[in-house]
Amino acid sequence: MSARIQIPAEAKRGEIIEVRILIQHVMETGYRFDDRGTPIARNVITSILCNYNGREVMRADTSSGIAANPYLQFCMLAEASGELVLSWVDDEGVRGTERASLSVSG
Amino acid sequence: MKRRNFVFAGLFSLSALARAQAPVADPGIFAVTKGARLARERVKLEMPVIAENGNAVPLKVSVSSPMTAADHVKAIHLVSDRNPVSKIASFYLGPYSGRAELSTRVRLAGSQNVTAIAEMSDGSFWMDRSHIQVTLSACVDDS
Repeated sequence: MSARIQIPAEAKRGEIIEVRILIQHVMETGYRFDDRGTPIARNVITSILCNYNGREVMRADTSSGIAANPYLQFCMLAEASGELVLSWVDDEGVRGTERASLSVSG
Repeated sequence: MKRRNFVFAGLFSLSALARAQAPVADPGIFAVTKGARLARERVKLEMPVIAENGNAVPLKVSVSSPMTAADHVKAIHLVSDRNPVSKIASFYLGPYSGRAELSTRVRLAGSQNVTAIAEMSDGSFWMDRSHIQVTLSACVDDS
């Protein structure tokens, strides 16, 4: 499982920056059947967390209603340089993490 | 006040009342608000009117809020009318978000209403709702 975080490399203090995240995940709904007619077990990301310098910026409880390869765009207040840590967990307990750093000037 | 103006004012306040009426009958919405009053002004849900494919429908929610420690959007909930799981997602924000704005892509099982509910730090709820025509719904059965 992999993910991508898109944020500007630099920002001015107090600027509001846009964060875009894209996680590679099938988000299997649990309502589909395979070729033999056996149901495919549900496997969706249930929780997405974004921390900046250890402080929660955005958290999401997601369900099968989120499209495959979840994409999220939200905003963040740039106050100090640091690292954005994205982590998620799915129904099978598989966890993933991705990091991106931001340098704040001014 | 002229009589005509008076009538107009009456009509306006009536329509404002009708808009503020909450569709609490929806169990998906009730699960989020616990029956609290829902008003319409502060939330904006942007979504296409017609989607050819319900598997990935882009949408954007923005809430007008100063996003300070004292007054901010605590959460944005997305509720579907017709999906097998009515609550699509809950997004928790805070003063560090800077701006209460969010975009994502959702799955929709057929034409329906999608409701975006904003939960404020003072405990109030605001919403916006939009109807979408889905030509090919997200696979709920083997379609």
